Amino acid sequence: MTGNGVDYDGPILECRGLCISYFTRAGEIPAVIDFDLTLERGGSVGLVGESGCGKSTVAMAIMRYLGKNGGIVGGEVLYKGRNMADFSEEELRQLRGNEISMVYQEPMASLNPSLTLGKQLMEVPLYHEQVAVKEAYDRAVRMLADVKLPDPERVMAAYPHQISGGQQQRVVIAMALLSNPTLLLLDEPTTALDVTVEAGIIELIGEIAERFNTSMIYISHNLGLILETCDRVNVMYSGQVVEEGSVKEVFDEMRHPYTKGLFSAIPLPGADKTARPLVPIRGQLPLPHERPSGCYFGPRCDFFNDGRCDQGQIEMEAVAGEEGHRVRCLRWQEIDWAAYRPQGLSGEEMTPGQPVLKIENMKKYYEITDNSLAAIIKGERIKYVKANEDISFDARECETVAIVGESGCGKSTFAKVLMGLETATDGEVLYRNQDLAQEPVQARTPEQIGDVQMVFQNPFDTLNPSHTVGSQLARVIRKFGAESEPAKIKQRVMELLDLVKLPRDFAKRRPRQLSGGQKQRVGIARAFAGNPAMVVADEPVSALDVSVQAAVTGLLMDIQRSYRTTLLFISHDLSLVRYLSDRVVVMYLGHIVEQGRTDEVFSPPYHPYTEALLSAVPIADTSIQRKRIILEGALPSVLDPPSGCPFHTRCHRKIGSICETKDPPVVDLGDGHRIACHIPRDELDKMEPVIVLSGEGQSEQAASSEESPAAD
Amino acid sequence: MADQTIDALRGEPILLRILKGIALLRESGVGMIGAALVLFWVVVALFAPLLAPFDPLATLQLLAFPGDPYVLDPGKTFDGQAVEEVCALIETGEKQGKYDCGTFWLGTDRVGRDVLSRLIYGTQRVLLYAPLATFCAYAVGIPMGLAAGYLRGWADEVLSFVSNVILSFPVLVLYVIIIATIGASGTNIVIAVTFASAPGIMRIVRGLVLDLRNREYVFAAQTRGESAWRIMFVEILPNARGPLIVDSCLRLGYVIITIGVLGFLGLGLPPPDPDWGGMINENRLMALVAPHMTVFPCIAISSLVLGFNLLADGLREISLRD
Amino acid sequence: MLIFVMRRIGAMVLTMVVVSILLFLLLEYSPGNVATKVLGPYSSEEQRQIWLEEKGYNDPLPLRYLRWLGKAVQGDFGDSIKYKVPVSEVLWPRLGNTAILGAATMAVVIPLALVLGVLAGMREGSGTDRSISVLSIITTSVPEFASAPMLQAFFVFYLALLPGTSSMIGGFNPVELILPVMVLVLYDFGYVTRMTRASMAEVMTTHYIRTAVLKGLPYKMVIMKHALRNALIAPFTVVMLQINWLLSGVIVVEFFFAYKGFGFLILDASLNKDIFLIEACAMVAVFVAVATQALADIGYTYLNPRIRFS
Repeated sequence: MTGNGVDYDGPILECRGLCISYFTRAGEIPAVIDFDLTLERGGSVGLVGESGCGKSTVAMAIMRYLGKNGGIVGGEVLYKGRNMADFSEEELRQLRGNEISMVYQEPMASLNPSLTLGKQLMEVPLYHEQVAVKEAYDRAVRMLADVKLPDPERVMAAYPHQISGGQQQRVVIAMALLSNPTLLLLDEPTTALDVTVEAGIIELIGEIAERFNTSMIYISHNLGLILETCDRVNVMYSGQVVEEGSVKEVFDEMRHPYTKGLFSAIPLPGADKTARPLVPIRGQLPLPHERPSGCYFGPRCDFFNDGRCDQGQIEMEAVAGEEGHRVRCLRWQEIDWAAYRPQGLSGEEMTPGQPVLKIENMKKYYEITDNSLAAIIKGERIKYVKANEDISFDARECETVAIVGESGCGKSTFAKVLMGLETATDGEVLYRNQDLAQEPVQARTPEQIGDVQMVFQNPFDTLNPSHTVGSQLARVIRKFGAESEPAKIKQRVMELLDLVKLPRDFAKRRPRQLSGGQKQRVGIARAFAGNPAMVVADEPVSALDVSVQAAVTGLLMDIQRSYRTTLLFISHDLSLVRYLSDRVVVMYLGHIVEQGRTDEVFSPPYHPYTEALLSAVPIADTSIQRKRIILEGALPSVLDPPSGCPFHTRCHRKIGSICETKDPPVVDLGDGHRIACHIPRDELDKMEPVIVLSGEGQSEQAASSEESPAAD
Repeated sequence: MADQTIDALRGEPILLRILKGIALLRESGVGMIGAALVLFWVVVALFAPLLAPFDPLATLQLLAFPGDPYVLDPGKTFDGQAVEEVCALIETGEKQGKYDCGTFWLGTDRVGRDVLSRLIYGTQRVLLYAPLATFCAYAVGIPMGLAAGYLRGWADEVLSFVSNVILSFPVLVLYVIIIATIGASGTNIVIAVTFASAPGIMRIVRGLVLDLRNREYVFAAQTRGESAWRIMFVEILPNARGPLIVDSCLRLGYVIITIGVLGFLGLGLPPPDPDWGGMINENRLMALVAPHMTVFPCIAISSLVLGFNLLADGLREISLRD
Repeated sequence: MLIFVMRRIGAMVLTMVVVSILLFLLLEYSPGNVATKVLGPYSSEEQRQIWLEEKGYNDPLPLRYLRWLGKAVQGDFGDSIKYKVPVSEVLWPRLGNTAILGAATMAVVIPLALVLGVLAGMREGSGTDRSISVLSIITTSVPEFASAPMLQAFFVFYLALLPGTSSMIGGFNPVELILPVMVLVLYDFGYVTRMTRASMAEVMTTHYIRTAVLKGLPYKMVIMKHALRNALIAPFTVVMLQINWLLSGVIVVEFFFAYKGFGFLILDASLNKDIFLIEACAMVAVFVAVATQALADIGYTYLNPRIRFS
């Protein structure tokens, strides 16, 4: 066992020139190259990067758990000054879970489904400290209380599937903390969770760091989360750290073109689609075995210098005057960021036209049969899942309407009804004054079908892997009767590929030969093949890498603009919604709780749920302060929704029993801004903005029109 | 959703893709061994008339052991014909007698027929009926599975119940009852195998479809208003091919065993046609004196089944890789 | 859970009823055939008519079926044509013999297959894994009717160690059981091994095993406490369904070794067109199959807390 840390005061963890490779049939694939890291006691380092950048591999290498085809091929990892390569299997075992512990991305998958949580928790003290069962139990219960789980005794006896995702993650955190570790590795601990649940976990992690004086490595693809949890950050790109330093320095004065590009490509509150458009990073992430020579970011970089940036390995250079700020770029001193005016996404203001879609009191209930004994005895076997309750809003030509909400809010059900995959239980879905609510897709005319098309979420199954891109597009064109002659169809396929800025020879490719972003472009081309008047985009970029998201979003907006298409944008990403939509509909448990123009919804008065949602979104901007509102409890089940206001069980502004008994009235604040809440109008008007620029106390709206805090 | 009418949008020709798929098999050692075994028997079946030294039905010499020569009594005249001609006649079974006309490489069977020749001709039987029966079972099982998995509702209920009923019979009991009722013949074997295997195939296809039907490209096709028929056969089925190819290899091996068992139990192809299972059964009482009569057919059938099983394992290994 | 068990049993009964209807239609749809088979091909038309009248075969089909079903439920399937005694007198002792054979086989297969499967799946891709996998593919490729003569040639004729038949003429003799069990085990264990291996290998790649390892548990505890509990759920089902397969396997083995069991009986009945015996045997076989299937489902649900507590 290593020293207990009392007489050691050096860094807890050091990585020096760490290189990790995976060995596949195709040969050695370097996953992490020349990775340095120093972590002091009580410090916290963020590893941020896109998929495949090697950030999780680093964590697994620290744990010495790389699987049978992975291995450390260079450099070393020192734990409390001792090279981890010298640890025996038994020493490693004693280290794991005791001194170094880990929190994982998928809490459900990380817990053994057939053991009670209590057993899984108690194992940690039982095997590391050989304590008595009774003590292990007591410690586990205390730790569950420490991670703020209600009713720890009940949790101890429960199986993982019996508690919610957020609670599962708290159990995993409790398990990691049980042995009071020196080092805690957190690998995307909130990615699988809803944003309001995420906020609670992040708060908890912050408290832990303070209370236990634990050093942390926090891995995430989300810059905003890093800002909230870490003091230092390593930005990784394609296996290398491209920039490291304190969070403040890196976020405020980034030096590497990739870091800069990343910040310009994410929709920070300052961004605006007309005034300060997003700047996409061109191209794709290189595949590990196709990395260019020299700088891996070279092909995507605006400052690429032929013959210089593509030669040899590029070393980290220290930024003078800033302690520990280093950057892996040959030209970082030459670049004049002040003069850099990259081509943003085109940003013409569009004037919405006539309403095309009008939803009136639409309801969608699913009937399910409850087969439990209790239900049969009570004779309540048929239950209704109220997926959509009283949905009313409209959308005009060329307008972007965002539907926002967390999982289970009913936004996808709504899309299914609109597309005709389901029929509504009640109410009207008027599309160009024709009611489609009861028309399944089979009953619609080809024009109606071609007029409303959809872009899907998951690039990996939006296209049929068995058919070529071209034949899939051709089928749509033929189906909607846009063209019928083979030559013209082919011509149209080519035009569509041009439209989504893909090379024409992609027509002959199969989906697996395309990257995620390219597939999503084909998905967009497919949706626009029949010249639709309205496109429903269901989280079209949420599964894509950050650096690709902006480009795909921009493409979607460009096409929308040139076709004057109405876009229904379904998303949980409030930042993106704020950036691109004209109007926002906020949904919770099947109900619309608030709707209105984007700027109105994002500024007070808010519906309490909108307020909480806004406060929960992490923002990668050091100059912005958010009010913290942590929602209590878990999302109620749609099977058993709360009476009265659906949000009352978690509402931080609940005013009394009226919220539990009566449906909230819809308050019209003018100009179509409607809030469904019992809070009196004058109370609502007194609300403070959630997001403020630090020191200025201005609403973020004011900030956005003046100066972008993200820039420079 | 493919629109294959336009050449320019087509990818590589199907044949090329199949060849590429086979080329992938090189990376799996067991898969290659399996393919080699299967190929060996296919070649044997195709060239049976060239490979078989004797007529499989002709009674030539009792109790010849492996390697024994086929000897004609010397000193007898043969209707004025040359020895070579007589040998040729003997080989075709038109004549009987003893002369040095060849070797019983694997000996002769209970009634004096050449085991090797019977094995070789038996291959033809096995490799005709087993693939045919398997194909028929898939032709029935796949549409059933697609309908049950994609349409759900009552179609699923009915089809699943029917297949449950059939699958609740122990397989061989089912075969024995069917064959004993409708009689033993090649066609009836195909019918019995189809009847007994289709429900299993249906279950597999249904399971695959239940997964595939929730893919976004299926939703895309639905929102496009494609017919259920098109979605099932064009959108879903091609994506289920991987597991189905693996399954078909395994199933083929199993059907070969089934045909063998039926032959062994006397319910297979009617004698005297050479049938591997039948050969084992006919000669098993001679096993004490002449084990070669049964051992070689045992090895033949086992190696062919092994070939398909190894091939399936290799294919599975490859399909899991990418 | 209770509801689930009741539904499962309901489905089982329904399946049995449908199977019985099918069997009845297949074998007794035409009374003339039944009479010919019972009285023999040389019986006169008159005799057959009298017999049919006497046995109530001139009643409508549904009535005949219900009467048949009523008796069958009480265990009365009629008289065997070949053995000239009530079917149950032949059936039950034979079934008992097969149960002994099956139990002996399972007693070997289950521990053998589970141990090999777990060993192989524990370290996927290792030498142990590959050897066990290839071994199990090879043994499942040798059908019973091929392994039986080969093993017989070796153990009986070459080594002269074991008796060549298992007819138990001199009373029950466990030694005669060795060869049949060996043949059944050889063919069956490979499948169970492969299923166990697959299940174990899948569990070993799950994140909760990673959690357990990175929690610092000794490897042995990871396997014993975390992996096995999940990995053995699927093989339980496989083992239960294997009983159904055994019923097929025993036909060949009992035929080959002249073992007086249920498999031999059903084959004998089918070849002799002994209608009532076929009906009884088939119903028993289907009952065993359906019952094990139901048990497999119920057990699977019970072993799986995700389903048990939802």
